[in-house]
Amino acid sequence: MAKTLFDKIWDAHVVTQVDGGSEVLYIDRQFIHEVTSPQAFDGLTKRSLPVFRPEKTVATADHNVPTANQHLPIKEELSRFQVDKLTENCKKFGVELYGLGHQYHGIVHVIGPELGITKPGMTIVCGDSHTSTHGAFGAIAFGIGTSQVEQVLASQCLVLKRPKRMRITIDGELQPGVLSKDIILYIISQLTASGGTGHFVEYAGTAIEKLSMEARMTICNMSIEMGARGGMIAPDEKTFEYVKGKKFAPQGADFDEAVAYWKTLYTDEGATFDTEYHFKAEDIEPMVTYGTNPGMGIKVSAKIPMVEQVDNPVTYKKSLKYMGLQEGESLLGKQINYVFIGSCTNSRIEDLRLVANYVDGKQKADNVYAMIVPGSKLVEEQVKAEGLDKIFREAGFDFREPGCSACLGMNEDKVPKGEYCVSTSNRNFEGRQGPGARTILASPLMAAATAIEGKIVDVRKNLN
Amino acid sequence: MEKFQTIISSAVPLPIEEIDTDQIIPARFLKATTREGFGDNLFRDWRYHPDNSPKEDFILNNSIYKGKILVAGKNFGCGSSREHAAWAIYDYGFRVVVSSFFADIFRGNSLNNGLLPVQVSAEFLHDIFTAIEQDVNAEFKVDLEEQTISIVNTGASTSFEIDPYKKMCLLNGYDDIDYLTSLRSEIEAFEQQQVAW
Repeated sequence: MAKTLFDKIWDAHVVTQVDGGSEVLYIDRQFIHEVTSPQAFDGLTKRSLPVFRPEKTVATADHNVPTANQHLPIKEELSRFQVDKLTENCKKFGVELYGLGHQYHGIVHVIGPELGITKPGMTIVCGDSHTSTHGAFGAIAFGIGTSQVEQVLASQCLVLKRPKRMRITIDGELQPGVLSKDIILYIISQLTASGGTGHFVEYAGTAIEKLSMEARMTICNMSIEMGARGGMIAPDEKTFEYVKGKKFAPQGADFDEAVAYWKTLYTDEGATFDTEYHFKAEDIEPMVTYGTNPGMGIKVSAKIPMVEQVDNPVTYKKSLKYMGLQEGESLLGKQINYVFIGSCTNSRIEDLRLVANYVDGKQKADNVYAMIVPGSKLVEEQVKAEGLDKIFREAGFDFREPGCSACLGMNEDKVPKGEYCVSTSNRNFEGRQGPGARTILASPLMAAATAIEGKIVDVRKNLN
Repeated sequence: MEKFQTIISSAVPLPIEEIDTDQIIPARFLKATTREGFGDNLFRDWRYHPDNSPKEDFILNNSIYKGKILVAGKNFGCGSSREHAAWAIYDYGFRVVVSSFFADIFRGNSLNNGLLPVQVSAEFLHDIFTAIEQDVNAEFKVDLEEQTISIVNTGASTSFEIDPYKKMCLLNGYDDIDYLTSLRSEIEAFEQQQVAW
């Protein structure tokens, strides 16, 4: 029978069936970080259980860590305690830790792919909803809660109900200045923040096939923002090429054997999906969000919808009030004082090359504080090797050390109350970047252009 | 996990849609390493001013609204996977959240912590909000065994879905680890036949 990519991988990981239709799914790899793991380790200790397969879990400290002076002890006491707790737990339970100061340290969804830990056909989990990022390799990857982190530590398995399948096909050619971030913000604006709930998404179509691996990661990363359990893209030559030679990738003959298997990972002709959507790449413009969930996005040339156009006026008005924006308003020309370029969505080397290329020889606007936070130590090193850090500094940007940073403001990197921040991150929820902060999500190019102009512009007009 | 027993209680209405887990418990309060105490910061930025004084117009600061049931608009619990959101709601004293639609991860996290997500139709949700509007002490009965929720004084009732395995776990206070660790030999057998990469 014709199968979807999702079902091929899922079926290959079912250990047993549970009464009532759930299944026990084997998990190939778990990533853990300091925020959602301490209670899981605590649970193991209380039950006197070891970590069942310590070699299948990899840890890093990313959510809490400062992005300056990482060689010094963490100043903030609670953050330091949580990061120390992770170190202690990893040591006690025999889990590999790429902590602060380690050459592989970084945001969990950046380091997995760049080290070749993430591979096609795998099942991957992490106590973080953006785990869907790894789906870009043709893996089933999804975020879980701490109780489930504990379950995987204890048994390498989860009890799950198989989600529905959705396919989103995007065909055609993207306009210059339109990035994969715009594709996913556009999709979410069309499907809403709950449009994918209950589903696992496969992204397909000629526009997706043309994207680089890092651009694909940006798309899969934000699957959760439409409520989907995860997102994935069938692996192809670009995927194999990306994985090849990475530290933990299969080597030599093993690699060829792996590729032969990975080539079987695609949706069969005639396989059916519970839900399908089709979009044209040509319809997509640079996107910006105006509200307090990622579904509240518009093309940069469009105006904020009128209250009578929406079906939840109470929530909608609350959202616009928080953002200090009016129905019918355009965001073009809006003054912006903060720009954040980073996060598991857009902090990889390609993102930073795009930004460097755009800001090279330019100066940020006087009213703007712009920070660039690389996704990992390896990305940071690559930036320096290519001299991009110099370009950033000369343009007036603050180039920092790796971490989740101002995406969620768990460390010192926060946006002040009432200020707007154009951010390449993934969430514009109330208070996400700090209490009272107002987030406008956009692509790295749009963020770079905002920093230079000091206001929101249509980046397409500034490209040669 | 505590066993889930039938609940008859008044309810706290929060008729907002798309309530994300960053609102339920903001990230800056996720630095604890235990599961307890998150209730103090439940809905922190909706509940308190920056100087920590209560916001008078927020429902949790209005003492006439109380009970073990939280009723909220659709897509409740969207966003971050933080289980701290379920812990905060439970720690505050709620045992049931009613909405017309739950985000997947939040639903799973709740079930793993003895907090029951009850999904009802948009119409029934509206009826619940109306019942509370008419009488803040209106009581609701949530019967997990029967999978029903009813408005006690009108007798209006509706059924809700729950996975049979999860229902069994909640009624008995079991969690998945008890079950998964009992499968050890099957899991090891599975590993033997898996491909190397």
